[in-house]
Amino acid sequence: MSEWRFWLNEQRGTLMGLAIFLVMFVVYVANHPAGFTANVVHTAANKGVLLAFVAMAQALVVITAGIDLSVGMIFVLTNCIASWIVVGAAVPSALGVVAVLAAGMLCGAVNGLLVIYGRLQPIVATIATGAVYFGLALLLRPFPGGSVNEELADALTGRLFGVIPSSLVALTAVVLIVWLPFRRSVVGRAAYAAGSSEPAAFMSGMPIRRGKFAAYLLGGLLAGMGGLFLTFFTYTGEAAYASGSAYTLWSIAAVVLGGVSLYGGRGSAVGAIFGAFAARTTGDMLFAFDVEPLWQPLLQGIVLMIAVSIGSLALLRVRNRLDWFQ
Amino acid sequence: MSETSERRMSIRARLPGFLRRADPAVVTAFGCILLLLFLGSLYSSNFLSPDYLLQQLKVASFLGVVAAGMMVAILLGHIDLSVPWVMTAGAMMACAVAGFGDTGSVAAIPAGVLCGVAFGLLNGIGVAFLRIPSMIVTLASNVVAQGLMVVYTGGFSPQDSAPPAVRWLATGAVVPGLPNAILVWGGVSVAMVFLLTRTAFGRAVYGIGNSERAAFLSGVGTRRVIMTAFVISGALSAFGGVLLAGYASKAAQAMGDPYLLPSIAAVVLGGTSILGGRGSYFGTVAGVILITLLQSILSVMQMPEAGRQIVYGVVIIVMLLLYGRAPPNR
Repeated sequence: MSEWRFWLNEQRGTLMGLAIFLVMFVVYVANHPAGFTANVVHTAANKGVLLAFVAMAQALVVITAGIDLSVGMIFVLTNCIASWIVVGAAVPSALGVVAVLAAGMLCGAVNGLLVIYGRLQPIVATIATGAVYFGLALLLRPFPGGSVNEELADALTGRLFGVIPSSLVALTAVVLIVWLPFRRSVVGRAAYAAGSSEPAAFMSGMPIRRGKFAAYLLGGLLAGMGGLFLTFFTYTGEAAYASGSAYTLWSIAAVVLGGVSLYGGRGSAVGAIFGAFAARTTGDMLFAFDVEPLWQPLLQGIVLMIAVSIGSLALLRVRNRLDWFQ
Repeated sequence: MSETSERRMSIRARLPGFLRRADPAVVTAFGCILLLLFLGSLYSSNFLSPDYLLQQLKVASFLGVVAAGMMVAILLGHIDLSVPWVMTAGAMMACAVAGFGDTGSVAAIPAGVLCGVAFGLLNGIGVAFLRIPSMIVTLASNVVAQGLMVVYTGGFSPQDSAPPAVRWLATGAVVPGLPNAILVWGGVSVAMVFLLTRTAFGRAVYGIGNSERAAFLSGVGTRRVIMTAFVISGALSAFGGVLLAGYASKAAQAMGDPYLLPSIAAVVLGGTSILGGRGSYFGTVAGVILITLLQSILSVMQMPEAGRQIVYGVVIIVMLLLYGRAPPNR
């Protein structure tokens, strides 16, 4: 096989995610009364970017064959922290942003330590830490409130040159600064290898623990970035349990739509971004088709159901029934 | 090394037989329950009164029924994330059917449970036949159930309240002083123990949890077993929802949300491996009581919600670190 075939095979999930998103987005824009205008794109980008950050965070952990059920709560917690400290003049705000991201990383680090050195199963460990993070968020914001540096918020949620949504630019920057270096580093390779087959990765001398830890750490960072952006959009902090658990659940859906295997070792955070935008577009699409708002959750569920069933078409190619079992 | 293991042996040998055979996780969980009760009794002697304990068991019974279903899914090495809205759907459908006069109030409970069976079937087909990871199938069917209920209620809480039969099942008392909900939980528990330890189905569930390939090659119809397990899980979730509606005397949107994570936590705290294949039902009972007591004691101490969440999370982590750790794999 020539080189590009390997590349294509490796990126298949991501490309699938991109394809799903493109189809949905084209249908959406074609049926939108305003058509393909900067406004429509801007709204879609701002809606999708929050889930995109959380889904990236989830993707990093899922690649190591783990799962992080606390991402939504890290997202809510960092939102509450940001509503306290990202205020005032430029310098305090900048320090606040750094502190918020550090808090997100700390949450991710705690998850990582419990899973890797505590040898706990990621599902239950992150359920428990999620409860703790939500408790902390509630401690900070018993009632919705707070404020944020509005200039910064408007700059990051507005448009560059009147056309390009700056939230998308920020997302791209994060992909370039956080994801790509990770993907290309030894540590990132180790995270993939650990997710693919931990014993094999260990035998090959990969730094499994460092790789997994980095994945959890960066996952926390990305979820924190999502929380920061939530604050920029809403100007307030709110410890909303429902929103936290909804983001956790939809991040898993986005990751799967974006072609990241829940068994680990396959897929990329970029795919998860497309998955997140696709998931968000489903909701918008129903709006463009003028479906009654009441029917939206049901149709969203059905679309999700169909989307995750597509993968099982591969079963038709299975020659040996033992291949059913992973 | 050998000295310590010998000493451990001798301690074990001196224990009475039933303790020696018991799973250490289950013993630890029951020990933690006693510890919690002891700590609570230092705060107020009411924690040891029969009234309080019965009340706690009654509250625990809703979680207990749901956790029993969750346990079957977890024993397979799968998970059922559709609990919240299957519970709500079961409760709402039971209340809705009860609106149709006398036949309706007779059919209320079966209708609610059937609703759960339907969602369980959906999950089961997805996991067993389409081979989609259970986490994502059950997630999707949770969204579908939510969507159906939103359409059904028109976005508001339904006005119809729980029918008398359902209320009686949750709050009445056949045996004076012993709430029916506890009897129901007891009945479900007996059925579960029988199912898991005395039937071929139960053996197959443990077998699939350990290695689905091996179970398949041994002639177990693994797909059928997995599907049945998810049907049981869905039915029990919906039944738990019906009971909860009887207790609260009405069905409400999102009433099942606070039950998903505690039910998983209860199963795992009871010593069931989240990877499947290992665990005893008594552990799950212990986990359910433990979580209910913990929540109750924290709320009696008038700790604010924030503190409760933090303590709750920390306690789960500490208990898991005590006995839920995976063996070192090298």
